Amino acid sequence: MAKILDQPRYKCSMAAMQTVHAITRALPILHSGPGCAEKLSGSAGSSGYFSPHIFPCTNISESEVVFGGEDRLRETIDNALKVVDADLYVVLTSCTSEIVGDDVEQVVRSFKDRDKPVIYASTPGFKGNNYLGHEWVLQAIIEQYLKPPSKKSKGLVNIWAGTPLHDPFWLGNLRELEKLIAELGLTPNTIFGHGRGIENINKIPEAEFNLLVSPWVGLNSVKLLKEKFETPYLHYATLPVGAFETSKFLRVVGEYAGIDSEKINQIVKKYEDEYYYYIERFADVFLETRVMAKRFTVVSDAQYAVAFTKFLVNDVGLFPAKQYIVDDTPEEYQQQVQQHFHELNYEIQAEVLFSTDGHQIHEEIGNADYYGYPLIIGSSWEKKIAQKTKAHFLAVSWPLNERLVVNSSYVGYGGGLKLLEDIYSVVLTRFN
Amino acid sequence: MSINLELSAAGTRESRLGSITGYNGDLKELVQQSHCGTLIDRQRCFSQSSTCCSGCALAQLSGIRDVAIVNHAPSGCTATAAGVDVLNAQLAVKRGVSNSTVYVGTDMNEKDTVFGAVGDLKDIVLETYRRYQPKAIFIGTSCVSGIIGEDVDSIVEELREEIPVPVAAVHCEGFKTRIWASGFDASDHAVLTSLVKPPKKKRNIINFKNFFESAREEIIELFANFGVEPLFLYQNSTVEELAGLSEALATVCICGTLGTYLGNGLEEKYGVPYVRTINPLGVTGFETWLREIGKVIGKEPEIEEYIVKERAEYMPKIEKIKQELQGLRAVLGMGPGYTFEVSRVLQELGIKVVWAAAWHYDQKYDNGEVPPALDYLLKHSPDNFKLSVADQQNYEILNILNTYKPDIYFSRHPGTTIWAIKQGIPSLCVNDEYMIFGYKGTLDFAQSVLDTIRNRSFEKNLAARTKLPYTDWWYQQENAALLKENT
Repeated sequence: MAKILDQPRYKCSMAAMQTVHAITRALPILHSGPGCAEKLSGSAGSSGYFSPHIFPCTNISESEVVFGGEDRLRETIDNALKVVDADLYVVLTSCTSEIVGDDVEQVVRSFKDRDKPVIYASTPGFKGNNYLGHEWVLQAIIEQYLKPPSKKSKGLVNIWAGTPLHDPFWLGNLRELEKLIAELGLTPNTIFGHGRGIENINKIPEAEFNLLVSPWVGLNSVKLLKEKFETPYLHYATLPVGAFETSKFLRVVGEYAGIDSEKINQIVKKYEDEYYYYIERFADVFLETRVMAKRFTVVSDAQYAVAFTKFLVNDVGLFPAKQYIVDDTPEEYQQQVQQHFHELNYEIQAEVLFSTDGHQIHEEIGNADYYGYPLIIGSSWEKKIAQKTKAHFLAVSWPLNERLVVNSSYVGYGGGLKLLEDIYSVVLTRFN
Repeated sequence: MSINLELSAAGTRESRLGSITGYNGDLKELVQQSHCGTLIDRQRCFSQSSTCCSGCALAQLSGIRDVAIVNHAPSGCTATAAGVDVLNAQLAVKRGVSNSTVYVGTDMNEKDTVFGAVGDLKDIVLETYRRYQPKAIFIGTSCVSGIIGEDVDSIVEELREEIPVPVAAVHCEGFKTRIWASGFDASDHAVLTSLVKPPKKKRNIINFKNFFESAREEIIELFANFGVEPLFLYQNSTVEELAGLSEALATVCICGTLGTYLGNGLEEKYGVPYVRTINPLGVTGFETWLREIGKVIGKEPEIEEYIVKERAEYMPKIEKIKQELQGLRAVLGMGPGYTFEVSRVLQELGIKVVWAAAWHYDQKYDNGEVPPALDYLLKHSPDNFKLSVADQQNYEILNILNTYKPDIYFSRHPGTTIWAIKQGIPSLCVNDEYMIFGYKGTLDFAQSVLDTIRNRSFEKNLAARTKLPYTDWWYQQENAALLKENT
């Protein structure tokens, strides 16, 4: 059977323009048709210093398809440098420019002596999805822009997590991870969002280590950084949500960075005490619900499927039904992602399906017995199946059409409380 | 005539209507050149990301209830599927109907670009039918399917033998046209060629081409005065309703850019009169449109009676606000179906249009005539205002705003309003197609304009704290500096 894209949970690799966009003052230049940026950026929060309609674009038409679009691209880059005030220009290729066979590398090379850096990434939509495209953009920056450092900075840690803009909570999560790292006495370095940008990119090679907080996205980038700058990396697969995982996260990262364990214990104690102050106060709500069974299902990318399953099992005491991972996780990573669902408290194991076929997933959910009203955490696509199964429903991942997320986060101690707030705000809309 | 329903594709607006995306001049010149056929498109040596026809074509069709869209494209082209699903659900709930339309894709990959994927496409269409039993299936083409030469028409022929519901190809390759409104025509073409049936009898229906039927209740009530019912297209239409478009008394539209292909196509093929007046925005537009409908359906006295009654209620209120709007200077940036109509309404309200930018421009509609809004403006505009065709090129708009410093900017397309705000200029997004509809809409709009310019806090706050993305060099150029000269 051919692969049907029924309920898309990912976009094509050219959506990596969002990764560029997430770097303040970095500008994507699109060698693509006129509609790619608009279709790929249809989520709230895509304005900013630039926005998708500001991205220079060759708006490929029939003549570029027939005669090639290299001249058009050269002209577009040349004028982009004159018209748009950016720090870094990242040319992205598209399905059309790649099939037509334009030599974008050669065009981009002709701009190497300009005042501002111009690099390129090959991101035709047919080559992969936006999770891969995100990595290709990071790799383009590493390969074409970064220079070997004159020194290493002790305690400087590059943090990589989430897929910018595609993950609605990417920035809030990243900021919380920074705070956790700073709490350990380390200096976080991230390149995305307000107040970061080219200066922080320049610091990447100086870091003492790279911290990747993600099940699989970003792994190739930290490996490449190791290869190029001999920067070691710590791959921490679970986005820490709630006390259990956040304390573990602080201990693992702290130990890796050689932080005194007594100091880590003190930090953990301070935060856990505060966290459980709140849990204690609101536990009645969780314990005396008439309307929520113990079973939950997450339908999301590997990041949230792992993170929320761990939180809901290890912190909240719920029980996992089958979990669904919809980011088209490459086969080479599937086993290690699956392993996380086998390492829950009390040897609880969650069944996991890697699938990009929303229809199949919804059929399974519809046929499953949750022994009461289930909790379904997913995207806008899950709204209908949640209605059918009388589930409590929380949308957290793309596509997220009926919820506005500005800067909130599910990471850390506070992130766990935030997730509880969101879940039980839904639960409280029903009495029985 | 430019419409050929024997072909599988509608053709582009460039080829059918002489449409353009680059022009810089004024009202008088544009209209005169349109009439003489001397208007020439100007290319750009710099452009920013715009919009493609595929988005428009498939968005239109996906509003129809209980159908399937199969987008033969890589995953990114189907990224809008969730938005469609959520919108359909919200609008169906609002109407109290159900809509099971699905929007799937073939997720074309690298192998498909080498070996082709029409076989997969066929399997996916069959699987889509098996899963959802849609009442019609529309297969969208894409840049990739177009460039690698996928023979989608042949697959459609095969599928028609195997599936007992209408199946149509929607030819909407993004690179084929610079004008996204060509996508409207692609969707209309699919409806006209695969769903609309010859009439059996005339019915008291007026086809109403619009986007999201937000003024549904109001228009049902309005038309009831004249003994007719509106049928809103395509959001929430059913396949059965669309089959009967040929039986309507007339076709009207809220936007000439949106309506030209269907309206003219139904008139040419089935003799359904297409009401081609200026649009029903503002008082003059509404009355002109209504009177023409009255003429077509033979209800002129009833219409006059209605106009007298409504005028008595609304005109004093509109006149009152008008006094406060006198002399304001405005710039507009919208699709051509709105730019020229809203310019007219602004003038009606006493606001001076200093620059009107249309994202594209159709020299002619499908009946071979210059859009009525242009002729109207040429005749009635108090001055020959500056005008450009700007293809959503934000850098040109900001340059214009910087030069002309208007009191207010009117936008319409997603993501364009904030830029004027960041330049410190109050802006109002004419987002809902019915925002200025009829007397009440005109009153609401006039009040919103007044409210917008009376509270400038948001733009003042934001403009003081943000930097614009364009270089000083650019602001020193003419807005048309990067439009190539005609050759």
